[in-house]
Amino acid sequence: MCGAPDQDGLPTLEVSAREAVVHGVVSRAGQPLPGAYVRLLDGTGEFTAEVQSSATGYFRFYAADGDWTLRTLAPGQVVDVAVTAVLGRAVEAAVKVPA
Amino acid sequence: MSRADVLVDADWVQTRRDDPKVVLVEVDEDVSAYDGGHIAGAVRMDWTTELQAPFERDVVDKAGFEALLSGKGIGNDDTVVVYGGNNNWFAAYAYWEFKLYGHADVRLLDGGRKKWELDGRELVKGVPERPATSYTAQEQDLSIRAFRDEVVASIGSKNLIDVRSPDEFSGKIKAPAHLPQEQSQKAGHIPTAINVPWSKAAADDGTFRSDDELAALYGGQGFDDAQSTIAYCRIGERSSHTWFVLHELLGKQDVKNYDGSWAEYGSLVRVPVQKDV
Repeated sequence: MCGAPDQDGLPTLEVSAREAVVHGVVSRAGQPLPGAYVRLLDGTGEFTAEVQSSATGYFRFYAADGDWTLRTLAPGQVVDVAVTAVLGRAVEAAVKVPA
Repeated sequence: MSRADVLVDADWVQTRRDDPKVVLVEVDEDVSAYDGGHIAGAVRMDWTTELQAPFERDVVDKAGFEALLSGKGIGNDDTVVVYGGNNNWFAAYAYWEFKLYGHADVRLLDGGRKKWELDGRELVKGVPERPATSYTAQEQDLSIRAFRDEVVASIGSKNLIDVRSPDEFSGKIKAPAHLPQEQSQKAGHIPTAINVPWSKAAADDGTFRSDDELAALYGGQGFDDAQSTIAYCRIGERSSHTWFVLHELLGKQDVKNYDGSWAEYGSLVRVPVQKDV
């Protein structure tokens, strides 16, 4: 289960027909928030994967078609964002952590 | 054995940061995480290239484990504290392997690097220099490792704990999204297995739930204390985490990790498979 995709770099994505990308930026007070822990939870609420936001606050998951929850942990805070992934597309999800 | 013998918190680590007999080992799914910062004094272990055999699908052999620990500067009498990301997922795999080769004193840092970071504790980039040792491993302790024949023979007679997600258990998917898709030939689960996803044993911050909560979690799914237990997932890492919970935290007797797991079982010829979708 090694090698979750690289979290660095800007989202210039070529999404194949078999991929369903969910990506975005974690921010706080309008500023990118690096180092936040973003979890991908499936439709049953079960943990699927976890990544850290990059230096630019960016995160990316290769999900599957369907409904997901992004649960983001920053010091002292937890934010849930619902997102629907679609095959062949990169769906953007902004995560705003309260200031 | 008690929780304190196998699980430590950040303060425990901080107060021993200058103790050369306490060795921190970081093991991450993302093996580059260490480079971005790690707990002072920690050495890195790469689960893909150092803890597994180079060609076969197996753990590294005894001589390889001895060479690995010797090279990292870990002695037989050192206290090893393993930690990592993703709820200590791969750290728990390393812990199981240390126990497999008979290391006397190994513990997990509760919450791993996530809790350490969320609590605002320091990470450093300097790599420690530890003089090489001459480590001697024991023969594998097969009382904590199950192989396929035993698993097949255990259907209906032991607790079989499938720790994958409900969608993997039911056979809807063969592998979780996002991660590399090492796959079995068939989808589903071992008949009579109960499904207790590994991550339910930990809180969002990665710390293990209390003994009472854990006992209720497994008991509520039909865990039978009168039976021996085999835990499995897809390739044996998530089930190491559950093995740690059942054997090390809750002190259940005769608990094994089936590291062949579904990637092996779901590719075997003429074994029963249950599919729910």
